[in-house]
Order: sequence, then C-alpha cells, then structure tokens
Amino acid sequence: MSPATPTISPTEISSPEGDVELDVDLPWIVLVWNDPINTMDYVALVFQKLFGYSKAKADRLMLDVHEKGRAVVSSGPREKAELDVFRLHEHGLWATMQHDE
Amino acid sequence: MVLFGSWRNQVVRRRSDGRYDLVLDPALRETMGSLLGELDELVEAGPDDPGLRRLSPPAYLDDPDKDAEYQLLAGDELRSSRRAAIEAVLGSLEAEVLTEEELWAWLQSLNALRLVVGTRLGIDDDDHDHAIEVDPDDPAAPLWSIYHFGTWLQHSVIGALRA
Repeated sequence: MSPATPTISPTEISSPEGDVELDVDLPWIVLVWNDPINTMDYVALVFQKLFGYSKAKADRLMLDVHEKGRAVVSSGPREKAELDVFRLHEHGLWATMQHDE
Repeated sequence: MVLFGSWRNQVVRRRSDGRYDLVLDPALRETMGSLLGELDELVEAGPDDPGLRRLSPPAYLDDPDKDAEYQLLAGDELRSSRRAAIEAVLGSLEAEVLTEEELWAWLQSLNALRLVVGTRLGIDDDDHDHAIEVDPDDPAAPLWSIYHFGTWLQHSVIGALRA
C-alpha cells in the first residue's frame, strides 16, 4: 500500500446493506498457538505464504507464538477469520478464532 | 515449536527458472510414497483416529456450537485438501524437478505426517528433537525414525523455499 497516493472512493463507504451485521462481525482475531511438533521455520514460512508477510514480520510472529504461547496473526470479519483459520489448519497449524476483547 | 537449523540443505535446491531440483535417493522416494499412502488411508477413513486429532483442531475454543458448525462445514473440505496434497506428492514422487506448487504439497504432506506420528509418539514438549539418537530397543523406534525422516526432509524443503 502506498500512503503517498490518497484516493477518495465513495462507492466503498456508502454500502447501506449489512451494516448491523458488520458491527457484530468485525472484531474477530485469529490466533496461532504454540505446539511441540511444528518447527519454527515451518510456522514462519506458512505465515509468509498465507498472509504475504515479510520474512521479518513472519519471524517476529513465529517467535511470539514460541515465546508467549500464542500470537494474533490476522483479524477481520467472521468469514475472513474463518477462512484464515481453515487455511492455517490446511497447513497443520493450531489456529483458533475469537472475538477481539 | 521446535528449532531445527543444523542440518545442511542438499536435497532440494531452487533453480534459476523458479522451479526446484529434488535430489533424493530412490529408496527414500519409495519410503515417502508408502508412508503417504498409509497417511492417505488414515485421512480417508475419517477423523476418529486419535492420531488425526492435530489435523482437525478446533476453530473455536470457547464456543462448542460455533465449533461444531465449523467442523461440519470445513471438515470434509480439510480432508479433501489434505488428500489432494498427498495425491500431488504421489504424482511427483519420481520427479527430479518440482514446481513451487508441488513442493508446497510435499511440505504440507510431510508436515501432516509429522503431526500424526508425533501425536502417536505423545510428543508434548519443545525439547524432544534434541534427542536425535533413536534407541533401537525402544518399541517406538520405527515411529521415531519416520518422525526424524519427516523432519529432515521438511527442513530441506523449507530451506529451499526460504532461500
């Protein structure tokens, strides 16, 4: 994303449908938990692949999981969070989702 | 998680055309094929085997209803995806050059194999890999050999993908 080119796109902010749903739906976070089988380099590589994170960011998140027991790896509406959890499960990571508190 | 950085990466190498050379002994390819064949049968048989627990973890820890819904919607899809990855490995078992997509199928399948075998071995702390030496008298020695084989090959694949 380039902050140097601000654009105004009214079509994206004036969607009357689904606002109520969105309020309830927005604050979901996806957590990845530490586990004793997945290797550190594998977990970091999966973060890079699934979320397009830089190597540095993926390594930082992986270390958070390793040292703190878990890390928030993505967030968004329920459907997006559920898809992220699914893709993490496809790759064998221990991922869950919950409301952001 | 386990730190695994000490083995040299020689099995998989990135090529200049973006694909990957796979230099793996035919006997090890055969081993890989038979292990993944067994894994595929296990996955096909369904989620009840306790060894498969780690392949279908809960998505919601604090909401059993939502989790049941997720398992219902995603469970079959997860199994199909797992089996498709295994099939992609079996289809490229003798290949000397792999695409990145094929290499990811190898990586996902190796990881699934490690999760199932590791669960069977009861691995529950981060320090187990320090004991690479397998005691031949241990009844679990064959499982440990499979586990270390998976770790070794996976590490090589990761090294090439991250290079």
